[in-house]
This record gives sequence, C-alpha cells and structure tokens, in this order.
Amino acid sequence: MRQGFRRMATIVRKEWLHIIRDPRTLALVIVFPVMMLVLLGYAVANDVEDIPLAVADLSKTDASRLLVDKLTVSGFFMVTHSAQSEDQILEMLDAGTIKAGLYIPEGFGREVTTGGTGVVQFYIDGSNPTIAQTAQLAVETVSQSTSQEILVQRLERSGAGMTIHLPVDARVRYLYNPNLRKMNFLIPGLVAVILQVQTLLLTAFAIVREREQGTLEQLIVTPVRSWELMLGKILPYILVAFINVAMTVAVGAIWFGVEIAGSIALLAALSLIFLLGSLGLGVLISNVSRTQMQAMYMASFIMMPSFLLAGLLYPRENMPWVAYYAGYLLPVTYFLEIVRGIILKGAGFFTLWNWIWPMAVFSVVVFFASVFMFRKRL
Amino acid sequence: MSAEKAIEAIQLTKRFGDFTAVNQVSFEIPRGEIFGLLGPNGAGKTTTIRMLCGILEPTAGEARVMGYDVAKHAEEVKQRIGYMSQKFSLYDDLTVYENLGFYANLYGVPREKLKPRLAELIAMAGLRGHEKQLTRDLSGAWRQRLALACAIVHEPPMLFLDEPTAGVDPVSRREFWEMIYQLAGQGVSVLATTHYMDEAEFCNVIGMMYRSRLIALSDPDSLREGVIGVLFEVDCQEPGRAELVLKDLPLVQDVAAHGVLLHVQVASEKQRAELEQTLQSNGIVVERIERILPSLEDIFVSLVDHENRQHKRADKD
Repeated sequence: MRQGFRRMATIVRKEWLHIIRDPRTLALVIVFPVMMLVLLGYAVANDVEDIPLAVADLSKTDASRLLVDKLTVSGFFMVTHSAQSEDQILEMLDAGTIKAGLYIPEGFGREVTTGGTGVVQFYIDGSNPTIAQTAQLAVETVSQSTSQEILVQRLERSGAGMTIHLPVDARVRYLYNPNLRKMNFLIPGLVAVILQVQTLLLTAFAIVREREQGTLEQLIVTPVRSWELMLGKILPYILVAFINVAMTVAVGAIWFGVEIAGSIALLAALSLIFLLGSLGLGVLISNVSRTQMQAMYMASFIMMPSFLLAGLLYPRENMPWVAYYAGYLLPVTYFLEIVRGIILKGAGFFTLWNWIWPMAVFSVVVFFASVFMFRKRL
Repeated sequence: MSAEKAIEAIQLTKRFGDFTAVNQVSFEIPRGEIFGLLGPNGAGKTTTIRMLCGILEPTAGEARVMGYDVAKHAEEVKQRIGYMSQKFSLYDDLTVYENLGFYANLYGVPREKLKPRLAELIAMAGLRGHEKQLTRDLSGAWRQRLALACAIVHEPPMLFLDEPTAGVDPVSRREFWEMIYQLAGQGVSVLATTHYMDEAEFCNVIGMMYRSRLIALSDPDSLREGVIGVLFEVDCQEPGRAELVLKDLPLVQDVAAHGVLLHVQVASEKQRAELEQTLQSNGIVVERIERILPSLEDIFVSLVDHENRQHKRADKD
C-alpha cells in the first residue's frame, strides 16, 4: 500500500512536471475557458436592445410623438434615422442600415383626437428571427399601452373629473433572475461545459501521448498498477480543472455580475464528483484511441452534444423528445442544472438531490470502469 | 530446475488476427548469458520480447522468466526484469536526473539508497555533468545510455534490450556493448534483439528468427562450424567465369562473389582438391584456396535459403 502510494505520487510529480514544462499549453489551458466565457458571453448572451429604427412621422402631432417616445423609452429601439416616406424606409431596410421602420401617416393625429383608430405601419427585418420577434413583441406592447393611455386621457376629459382605473392589472415578478438577463442563465452553464471539455481533452491527451511516445510500454513493465497510474495522471488535472472553475466563476461574478447565491463549498464538492466522471471519460477515450488526433475526434463526440443537448444555450424543455431524453445520457446535463441551481437560486444539497444522484452514479461507474479497462497491456 | 534458467520459452505463439507474429518458439537460456535474437525486421523478435516482459499475452505456449510464469506471475516477473524498448522511450521534457528518479521511485528503490544509486548510474552512463539537461537535447548515444540506466535502476537480474543500438554510431555501439558485458560479468542475464549481424559476435548464445520462427539456436562458434558445411575463399583469375563454372558443379552448395574473391560453400573439407581441378580444367588460373569461417551473415542467409526451399517444397506438397 505504501509502495502503491509512492508510485502514484511519482506519477503525479512527473505529470506535474509535464504541465509546468510546457508553459504555452498551460497558458492556453488556463486562458481558454475565460476567453470562451467572455466571447460566448458577448456573442450569445447579448439581449436584444437598441434595435435601429427609422421613423417617418408625417403626422407631427402630440399623439405621434408620444408613440415614438414610448418606443424609445422601452429600450428596445433606438431611432437612428428619420425618413419622409414608406419607400425611404424600405430602401434603408434593404440596405440593412435599420432593422425596423415606423411609418405614421399624415391623418394619424386627427384620427386619434377625434376618437377614431390611428393606423401606423411598422416594418420589421425578419431575417434574424430573434430580433424580429423581440421587435414585434415590443411594438405590440408599446402600441397597446399607448392606446390605453390615450383612452384614459379621453375618458377622463369627457367623464368630468372622475379617475379611471384599469380593471385588470397582472403583476409579474421574476424569481432568481429578476432582470431576465441571459448572462445569468449562460455563465453557470458555461462553467459546466468548460469543465467537461477541459478534463476530457487533457486526460485523453495525457495518456495517448504516452502511447504515442512509447513510454506507456515502458510503464507497463514497471510494477505500477493501473489505478495508481490512472489516479496519478488524473490528480494534477483535477487541480487544473479547479483553477478553471474558480476562474470562470470569478470572471462571471466580476465581469458579468453573476453572483453566486448558494454555497461555494457545495459547488466545489459537486464539481469534484462531476470531474471524476469526466476525467474517467477522458481515460476511456484514451483507451480506444491510438493517436492524439483520434482522441481529439472522439472527444468531439461528447463535446458537441454537451454544448447542444445539455441545455447550455437553448432550454431543453423546448427540444424535440429525442433530443430531450438524449440529454439525460450526458452527465453534464445534470451538472448544468446543479451549477445553475447553486449559482442562481442558492439551492442546497437536498433541493438538488434529483440531479445529484444520477450524476454521482454516472461518475462512480465511469471512474471505476475506466480504471478497470485501463489496459496495462498494449 | 528452472531456477538455473533465465528464460524458458515453450512453444510460445502470438497471433494478431490471421497473422502469426511468433510461431511456436521454444528456447532455454541459462542465467548469466548474453542471448542475441537476430533476424530481419518483422521476424517476430519484438513480439517475442514483449511476451517475455508481460506486455503482450501469448496466444499459446508459455514462458518463464527467472523461474516465474509470465502469464500467471506478471508482477513477480516485473520486479526482476529491466526492459529497454525500441525507441529509448524517455520523457523528453524531463531532465536526465528526473527520468532516472522517476523510474527509481516506480520500482521502489529504497529512499536511502536512491541518491547513491542514481549517482552510480549517471557515472556508468557517462552522463555526469548533464544531470540537469533535458532529455530532448541529448544525442542518440546518450539517450541510449540513459535508457539503459533507467532500465537497470532497480538492479534487475534479467535485462531485455529491444534493438538497443538502432540509430547509434559504431563507436558508441561498441561502448554500449562494453557496458552490457560488465553487467553480464556481474551475473545479469541479457536478451538483446538486433538486426546488425556483427553485434551477434558479442553474444554467448544466438537465436535466429525468420518469418515468425526460430530457425537456429546455438553459440556463435558452433553456428560457424556446423550449420552450413565448409566455406572456401577462392582467389583466381577471371572470377566472373569461375563463378559460373562452380555454380554448375553438383558438389557446390553456394557461390557468392565478395569483391574479386569467391566464397564457395561445400559439404566437406575434402572437396577442396575437386574444386581446384575443375577450375584448372576450365583454364582458370587458381592463386589460392583457403578455408574460412563463415560470418554470421553468411550463415543467416544460408539458413533463410534453406527455410525458403523447405517452404516451397511444402507448398508443392
């Protein structure tokens, strides 16, 4: 046993030397997750706002100005151009200088003040569905609330001093992510997926490299046992992966303002369980790969679904049932829910239990399977 | 009984799918000998060595190394052998000292003996002053000696060397064999594969492998004397015509040109006169006919011819 521990420590020390002797790779390993976080953070999590809008206000009345003001104040639109006709708006949409255009006809103000319906034309560039849907929703909401306001004014003026209250007022309160920021949804997910990618690639490479160099053959003739070799190879990378977790969470909190609502200790403990399984997967991959290239592609088989099916970018509930259930096969799916639960909701161990136990089972099975299958013979 | 044997291989066989890499190889090597396994690339030498080291499991047959069955007692075997693989598998990004220390710790060299042992090995390998150098910066010969030092860090009584001199200059090759001699002198048994026939001269016992089979097993002198009859070196005029004349002679087993000289192989010493007469009757002036010992290369080529002829005959049947 003591000899076994010594052999494992020897492997750890050697593996650590490999890591620090290659500072370029180390820098990449450390910087890559943070870079990915920042890039994805800006690219994906950008909420739709300030949609460039051109306004052709031929009415030039209080009512038309109220409508335009309300659109601007909503934050969804920014008036970047003014136009004189519908044709001009269409030209600008064609050219891509604006994403939406508002045409207010000359008679709008008169219709509104005389109690009729003022019709305006709103153009939306539908080529990006996300922007288009947001714009549509925003313009509908804004026009409704403007209508309400005008209606109330009208009634108050005619109703001789009485105040009007709207009959129904539904008040919505968002829990956990009050400002509905996508960043809050994304950062915890990124922590999970980055961990998955890092551990998978690092361990797979660390073992396949020895196979390529021929040093694995040399190790096989030594008395080292497979679990000593495996643990020895994995431990340094657990440390590296933990640095990654800490850095992504820190960047998420400091840069993007996503603070951890729950227990950091719980997050660390559950990360460790996840890492065990993920590193085990890396070892399994290295068992079936002869070259680093093969390992790379094998890892992609797990990485791509992790990005798509685990619910990092798109909510799993909206996926077709095949994709939905396929997500349950990936350990990162459970871990993602756990990380989101802890960071956003401050959830505790028992609340998350339904996600914890399948992940733990997976990790333990994969870890022992990988030790078992780790072929000491070539 | 097996205690005196370094290696016993009995009908050792390894198949990869349809391909038989090692076919029913049997041999016994006494302790303290240097056993050279010769043969061209692909003959099955490396596969044999890998089975003996416990890296590959034999498909059939069995082998005992230092008295332990390689399949059943792999761990016992591992403690008693050193193995130097084909490519001198060292960690390039570790220093000389770190590579040595790594293996010393893996083999469980006692901590208090660690430092003196490593110092001793560095002195033996002539690497003093280079302890802190990264292995990737070492020349081929130095890497080779470091790999040897790593393989014997735990003082194994049995040493396996797979192509230990590949890619190393002739002077360093000789120095390397000197080190192997010293180890053998201390009682270490050695099995080395090589495809340099001249290196076989350093071995006490020689096995020749060809097409997955062991086709000869003997000490070098008996191989030279016994295996292929008698070899004469013929110095004559018109060697080109002489070669054609001798080829047609029934008693001649083989003729090969070596520069202006001819090497003629016959069954016995007594046929010297007959050779001379035949040449003279064909009008060729003979300067000298001398019996020589065949080189191991000659022997190997002749054995391979013999083996191939048998193959053809077997195919016809």
